[in-house]
Amino acid sequence: MRNILIIGATSAIAEATARRFAASGARFYLAGRNVERLAAIARDLEIRSGQPVVQESLDLDELDTHPALLERASQTLGGIDVALIAHGTLPDQQACQQSAPLTLAAIHTNALSVISLATLLANSFETRGRGTLIAISSVAGDRGRQSNYVYGAAKGMVSLFLQGLRNRLSRKGIQVITIKPGFVDTPMTAAFEKKGFLWAQPDHIAQGITAAVDRGRDEVYLPWFWRWIMMLIVHIPEGMFKRLKL
Amino acid sequence: MSAAATSRAPGSWGHYPSSHPYQMAACRNRQALILPTDSRSCLPFGNGRSYGDVCLNNNGTLLLTRGLDRFIAFDPATGILQAEAGVLLSEILTLIVPQGWFLPVTPGTQFVTLGGAVANDVHGKNHHIAGSFGCQIRAFELLRSDNSRRLCTPEQNTGWFRATVGGLGLTGLITWVEIQLQRIANPWIIAENRRFASLDEFLTLDAGYETRYPYIVSWIDCAATGKTLGRGIYMAGMHAPPGLRKPPPPERRALTVPFTPPVPLVNQLSVPWFNRLYYHLPRPARGLTPYQPFFYPLDNLLNWNRLYGRQGFFQYQCVISPAGIREALPEILARIAASGQGSMLAVLKRFGTKTSGGLLSFPRPGVTLALDFPNRGQPTLDLLEQLDEVTRQAGGAVYPAKDARMSGDSFRQYFPQWQEFSRYIDPGFSSSFWRRVMGD
Repeated sequence: MRNILIIGATSAIAEATARRFAASGARFYLAGRNVERLAAIARDLEIRSGQPVVQESLDLDELDTHPALLERASQTLGGIDVALIAHGTLPDQQACQQSAPLTLAAIHTNALSVISLATLLANSFETRGRGTLIAISSVAGDRGRQSNYVYGAAKGMVSLFLQGLRNRLSRKGIQVITIKPGFVDTPMTAAFEKKGFLWAQPDHIAQGITAAVDRGRDEVYLPWFWRWIMMLIVHIPEGMFKRLKL
Repeated sequence: MSAAATSRAPGSWGHYPSSHPYQMAACRNRQALILPTDSRSCLPFGNGRSYGDVCLNNNGTLLLTRGLDRFIAFDPATGILQAEAGVLLSEILTLIVPQGWFLPVTPGTQFVTLGGAVANDVHGKNHHIAGSFGCQIRAFELLRSDNSRRLCTPEQNTGWFRATVGGLGLTGLITWVEIQLQRIANPWIIAENRRFASLDEFLTLDAGYETRYPYIVSWIDCAATGKTLGRGIYMAGMHAPPGLRKPPPPERRALTVPFTPPVPLVNQLSVPWFNRLYYHLPRPARGLTPYQPFFYPLDNLLNWNRLYGRQGFFQYQCVISPAGIREALPEILARIAASGQGSMLAVLKRFGTKTSGGLLSFPRPGVTLALDFPNRGQPTLDLLEQLDEVTRQAGGAVYPAKDARMSGDSFRQYFPQWQEFSRYIDPGFSSSFWRRVMGD
């Protein structure tokens, strides 16, 4: 039985992952924005896990709420074994390009709030001497592209931050896992045409996340082939890359 | 609801007819769900396991319900389960079987949604004692295109209840369903197999087994003619009692048909040979089997519908009233055998007298026959129309969930309550099936 905190619990990937955790025995503390959806998901997970689930609704952009959230979660669960940070938005790149405030807001939600939570969680795990921290980054964070570099920059920051955290905590028995999904068929990507093999279902990503925890992986591309796609993309010389329409 | 989602256009299980919705809307949030209000008609689409066009809405909007997949309440003491309409029966089984409960009625595949099971008033091997799926419903919520919501139970909003059970998704969107489960001692089934050489033997067997076994279905050799006409294998089962069980079987990995072969693999050469072999294959008279292969023999071969090739296939499922069994049923079997068009998968089952009251429900007292036909174009359609003639004369009916071709006249004769039903249709809803049988 693991005690699991899920932040951004109404995201499709988080919900699918929680169901997989529930199947192998878990107690949940869920945090998210939409009260109604959070309640429906909490009830569903209670039935699947056979354990009471506590939910809390808050705006994760308000960074000063983070310490109290983690305190309550830890109190309620009696210590956190696994924390999944899954909240995020897909900003409108065109709109961000025209507006510095919009760009900064997107970076605030997708990077700064994640870093705030990761810092607090890492420190409490360090004190306890154990814990698993999972955060959902993105393949978009591996290289800046004109079509979504605001989102990409935020996710890139998250990936780098987690890398450092992992380096700092690996000897202390704390697992830090970076999840880099490719295109996933979720409400966040509702505006896209979803055709072809590049699009994955949330449950496929969830399967990869639970496997990463079980196998002690560090950085996971989901589905796996994105590792090779991104390896190619990262190695294109900048002089050539800047002329590509990506 | 995310309105702009345009995933790959879903089709029906028979790969016929081909259809293109104008748009698809993914439903995810049960409470906040608001139906699209543009001029195009809506139709709920669950997991696409109905065979023909009841789940299609050409040029209309498909409301994809698989995102409504949360459990709402489950009481392990009473076996009352409430879940959103897009939950699959397989997901329910995963939850309830380890806790000693089972579906009160299950169709031959566990990959249907709860909402789809209600909307098609599906039946199972226990129809002779339990009735159809509709008989097990305690309540459901119906969301209409004017965004009103109705709680429907057998006692409350009964008109809406009877129209929606078996109502083919036309009365509105079912958002959640509450059913009463049945107790089981363990996941094992005591199964018994008996060969029968004729329809008469089938009827004699049935009379003896019906009262003793809750689950009965028969495979019938649809290629057999003359003296062997109506031969088959009678399969009966019951949930095993507490003491009787084996260690859990190793989990079998599902096989899949990875692509659609250019030539249908089900054809005039393969069927008679397969059937002869299957009939004579030695099998244990009595044994203990896990519930999955007993109830869902085809679920372990994913995408088996691809075996019928690109042209797809039809399924013909009719029910013949008790009076017509000895006349109409042999007539239908003889016509199928003579045509050489049938497939291996032909099943025969007796329906009981219990009814859900659904205005368009298919099950009614008598014997039901179901089998697949590879789509060979006009000759197949002609044969099925001939079978309809026999079914009509015998006062029978054809199952809309399996149908892609019955005429409007046939439909109106099979479902005499269609006019009362049509008063309950949501003005914002329609389907390819409904437009076809109503002739517009």
